[in-house]
Amino acid sequence: MEVGQMQRQWVDYTKSLFLEGFLDSQFLQLQQLQDENNPDFVVEVVSLFFEDSERLLNDLTNSLDQQGIDYKKADAYVHQLKGSSSSIGAQRVKNCCIAFRNFCEQQNIDGCIRCLEQVKQEYCLVKNKLETLFGLERQIVAAGGSIPTMELSF
Amino acid sequence: MASGSAASSSSSCSNWVMENGDVPHVLAVDDNLIDRKLIEKLLRNSSCRVTTAENGPRALEFLGLASDKQNNLGTGSKVNLVITDYCMPGMTGYELLKKIKESAITKEVPVVIMSSENIPTRVNECMEKGAQMFIQKPLKQSDVKKLTCQLMNCKG
Repeated sequence: MEVGQMQRQWVDYTKSLFLEGFLDSQFLQLQQLQDENNPDFVVEVVSLFFEDSERLLNDLTNSLDQQGIDYKKADAYVHQLKGSSSSIGAQRVKNCCIAFRNFCEQQNIDGCIRCLEQVKQEYCLVKNKLETLFGLERQIVAAGGSIPTMELSF
Repeated sequence: MASGSAASSSSSCSNWVMENGDVPHVLAVDDNLIDRKLIEKLLRNSSCRVTTAENGPRALEFLGLASDKQNNLGTGSKVNLVITDYCMPGMTGYELLKKIKESAITKEVPVVIMSSENIPTRVNECMEKGAQMFIQKPLKQSDVKKLTCQLMNCKG
């Protein structure tokens, strides 16, 4: 595949992530922060997000698996996850967290368990999508091309 | 009272003004690693020197306000701006703001509060304690540019 085709594929894929709500405009902010001085900024921040989220999801799973659940602690974990997902533009994960916090506040165990499953699902989905996107970027760069700049005009 | 995503103090900007040619040194405080990385990059992009702290106590230490140092010599580092998250475990951004404003060494340093929740009572209590601005998260480049422009007293 030649570079132009790969770039078009990247643009289409990125657009689909926005249209399907996986990403929001905050992700564009991240992309705009990437420059010659920090050519891997987006991958670095997203990698931190992956590590941090996996740790939080583990902690959440453990905290809801107790005899006496500490809902305040669980809520604190969800708050962290909501913050990070919001900061990188992972919209669907963030929205799950908002619902999750409500159930923590209500101390509703069934609601919390459901939300935990949902947030794990959404996290896996966005992780796969972003890894696919980064894979496309590596191919473009390897072929000597540059990653197009994305405008939210669709 | 807050229009858009940020509230600003209506007091004079004199404590924002820096000597020409100086690079602003900003202390950014946030318990979230991703947010620290983001705010650091946003500030660097606006030509600021950045130090990050992951909690209030570390921030106070950096400013020379650690509770075991009861001296007036200000052994802390000079910063031109503190930008802090509101919701942090242990010491909140609000509590950090109060401590900064209560000390003779640091009370002139502008403090900006960031929060994901735009709660009017929260905004008001911060502004009343002397916060320069309240910004809603997630932070964007335009928020930081506005901030640093005020800091450097840009005209127009």
